[in-house]
Amino acid sequence: MKKLIPFVLFMILMLLLYIGLSLDPKEVPSPFINKPAPEFATYDLYKNDIKISKQKMLGQVWLLNVFASWCYSCRAEHQVITEFTKNHQTVVIGLNYKDATEDAKEWLKQYGNPYDFVAVDKDGDIGIEYGVYGVPETFIIDKKGIVRHKNIGPVNRDSLQQTIIPLVKKLEAE
Amino acid sequence: MVSQIGLFALVLALITALSQAVLPLWGSYKNNNTLMLTARPLANLQALFLTLSFVMLVVAFIQDDFSLKYVAYNSNTTLPLMYKISAVWAAHEGSLLLWVLLLSWWGFLIAVFSKSIPDEMVAKILAVMGLVGVGFLSFVLFTSNPFEVLNNIPAEGRDLNPLLQDIGLILHPPLLYMGYVGFSVSFAFAIAAMLSGQLDASWARWSRPWTTIAWAFLTIGIALGSWWAYYELGWGGWWFWDPVENASFMPWLSGTALIHSFAVVEKRGAFKAWTVLLAIITFSLCLMGTFLVRSGVLTSVHAFAADPGRGVFILIFLTAVIGSSLLLYSYRANQIKAISSFKLISRDNFLLVNNILLMVLMASILLGTLYPLMIDAMGMGKLSVGAPYFNAIFVPLSLPLAALIGIGVFIRWRDDSLKRIFFEVKYYLLISIILGVVWSLIYPQWYLVASIALSIAIWIFLTSISRLFNKKRLANNSRAKYGVTLAHIGVAVFIVGATLTSLYSVEKDVHLKVGESYQMAGFDFKFVKMDRKAERNYLSNEGEIEVYKNKKLYKTLYPQKRSYQNQQMPMTEAGIDAGFFADIFVAMGEDLKDGSWTIRLQYKPFVRWLWLGGLLMTFGGILAAADKRFFKFAKMAKIKLDEGADK
Repeated sequence: MKKLIPFVLFMILMLLLYIGLSLDPKEVPSPFINKPAPEFATYDLYKNDIKISKQKMLGQVWLLNVFASWCYSCRAEHQVITEFTKNHQTVVIGLNYKDATEDAKEWLKQYGNPYDFVAVDKDGDIGIEYGVYGVPETFIIDKKGIVRHKNIGPVNRDSLQQTIIPLVKKLEAE
Repeated sequence: MVSQIGLFALVLALITALSQAVLPLWGSYKNNNTLMLTARPLANLQALFLTLSFVMLVVAFIQDDFSLKYVAYNSNTTLPLMYKISAVWAAHEGSLLLWVLLLSWWGFLIAVFSKSIPDEMVAKILAVMGLVGVGFLSFVLFTSNPFEVLNNIPAEGRDLNPLLQDIGLILHPPLLYMGYVGFSVSFAFAIAAMLSGQLDASWARWSRPWTTIAWAFLTIGIALGSWWAYYELGWGGWWFWDPVENASFMPWLSGTALIHSFAVVEKRGAFKAWTVLLAIITFSLCLMGTFLVRSGVLTSVHAFAADPGRGVFILIFLTAVIGSSLLLYSYRANQIKAISSFKLISRDNFLLVNNILLMVLMASILLGTLYPLMIDAMGMGKLSVGAPYFNAIFVPLSLPLAALIGIGVFIRWRDDSLKRIFFEVKYYLLISIILGVVWSLIYPQWYLVASIALSIAIWIFLTSISRLFNKKRLANNSRAKYGVTLAHIGVAVFIVGATLTSLYSVEKDVHLKVGESYQMAGFDFKFVKMDRKAERNYLSNEGEIEVYKNKKLYKTLYPQKRSYQNQQMPMTEAGIDAGFFADIFVAMGEDLKDGSWTIRLQYKPFVRWLWLGGLLMTFGGILAAADKRFFKFAKMAKIKLDEGADK
């Protein structure tokens, strides 16, 4: 029986690794959830005189979608975001993260611009404030300016239908 | 066309591997010689098909054949030729193809160099290798086909990750894989021996040189990886306890235990069951390493495209192969009887302690690597285990292990007395302690661990060298003895490097304007100018930093910040003055737009010794594997065979 110990230990290890497969190590819960969204103030990509800040958004539910022209997985996500803005009135601000102005404009021309505003974050300072470590990321912020949800990685149809839309509806009713 | 041939050859290789796994084994079961003798030709054929398939992928890369998804994703027309070739194994699909290619080459080498081993044994060994090949070939074909074609052929490829456009990519993965895959040979030998119930000294003698060579490859592979990370990642670190690094270090520790326990099996006939278990564990760690790297269950700086579907496949394969081996072990191990006895103070027992320490080390690293996963799996939150944990377990376990080397080379088999050993080594002990303490006192700050580690390094060096002078003439020493000595000196050199670099490196992040200087570690660093340069596939900002020592120009370094055409992330290419006793390391940080830059300056004493140590261990391993007795044994067996034929 003693000689079976290695086998048993090995099987336990395999079970652990199997469970591990269904977990996502990259999905670190954001420390901002249920905390006030960090303050920021910047200008719009197209109109330099339009100032965008957290203060201005108070009183409504809004989405902050971090994107960049150099980000490959943003392209797939972009269709989903576009669909969302077509069917919903909720304000979506695109945070153009560490991008060149011309590249960003070119990209939005090519793939369409679903955003109500495109906030420029050329040096990534706002990204740092929001704890962005992978693009794309999407934040849902409520009427009081509190972060209620963070979607890591591209928003897909499942996460849109199952999480984002119900949450936005709930927050708008609050 | 090229891709069709490649894919076709891959399918043929799978069929061949399947036959190689089934026919010889069936033959040995039925006692059918003809079937058993198919093992060697089938192994050769498999190697041939895989080589063909691999060459086709190389050709696709050279020809910029972007109709292949894999080529389009990992290459570019502007990529220099040698990177086009090494891009073949730059991502998941191609590196797996390299894995099976090397596996088939090991099979081929066994088929060629196994004349001294009975045919029945060879049949079983190659069948096990064939089985492993079937697993990996199906993995390649069904989940990770490098010959997958794109419907819309892009005009230009996406380019190779700039981090990988480096000599490191050319050397590190193939050598590391040679090591990983090489342990499948020890595994196959162990399974074959268990199947035939023939776990004896001759099994150890057949298996030992193969294992040692696999170990040597793994050693140099890891050392190169460390060296690459040091200069390419631009942080100046040489080991990060990253899960992927640990995944290569665990089989190394277990493999080191294995090559030592083989000595006991061969010389003394003891530890047989344990050695078989070690061979299985080592290979399972190699497979698990592949799983950890490829499935993405752990976060790592090696950010490969992770795919849980692939993870499931490797996991099922791993469970089937290793699970059944361990069951076979539990069945067979009871029948193995030790024929020797040994006393507490004996080389046998010291090698046991060596094995225990190595395996405890391995288990602790395994625990640290998988701990975040365990906690997450139990829903207890997210955490990461970092360098402090690993250093805290590594240093106190590895130093006694290293110290034992000095006694290990002197102690006799079976029975010895501490008194006798002490009498032999007392002067070495004294000299080592004095020199070690004096050495550690040279440095501005004294650490106890520096005194201990340096004493141990000198101790290993002295005792190892002295063993060579035991015989009347140096030439009487066997290659094995020279190999062992060299490898142990490699350990000593590594300890010096690791200790001094870790304790006495100086590091500073400074803001400098062009023309300004900064003084550190006895050097003046002068930021002379910035240049913009356009290379074939990237633009670079190159800094010129003059390093002065005692007001005299000592060296000019040119650290770069590169931006590659097809990638957004800028790359840091450090300027390094590599020296035998110290490296000066300069890396450009951020452009602060006001004419100044952040610059990271580092002074790293004895950092080269880390990799020099690895290199010495590698050469030691190769030398030991080339010992005459392995050849002599082969010759004797051949004579026996010929005599048998005469009758």
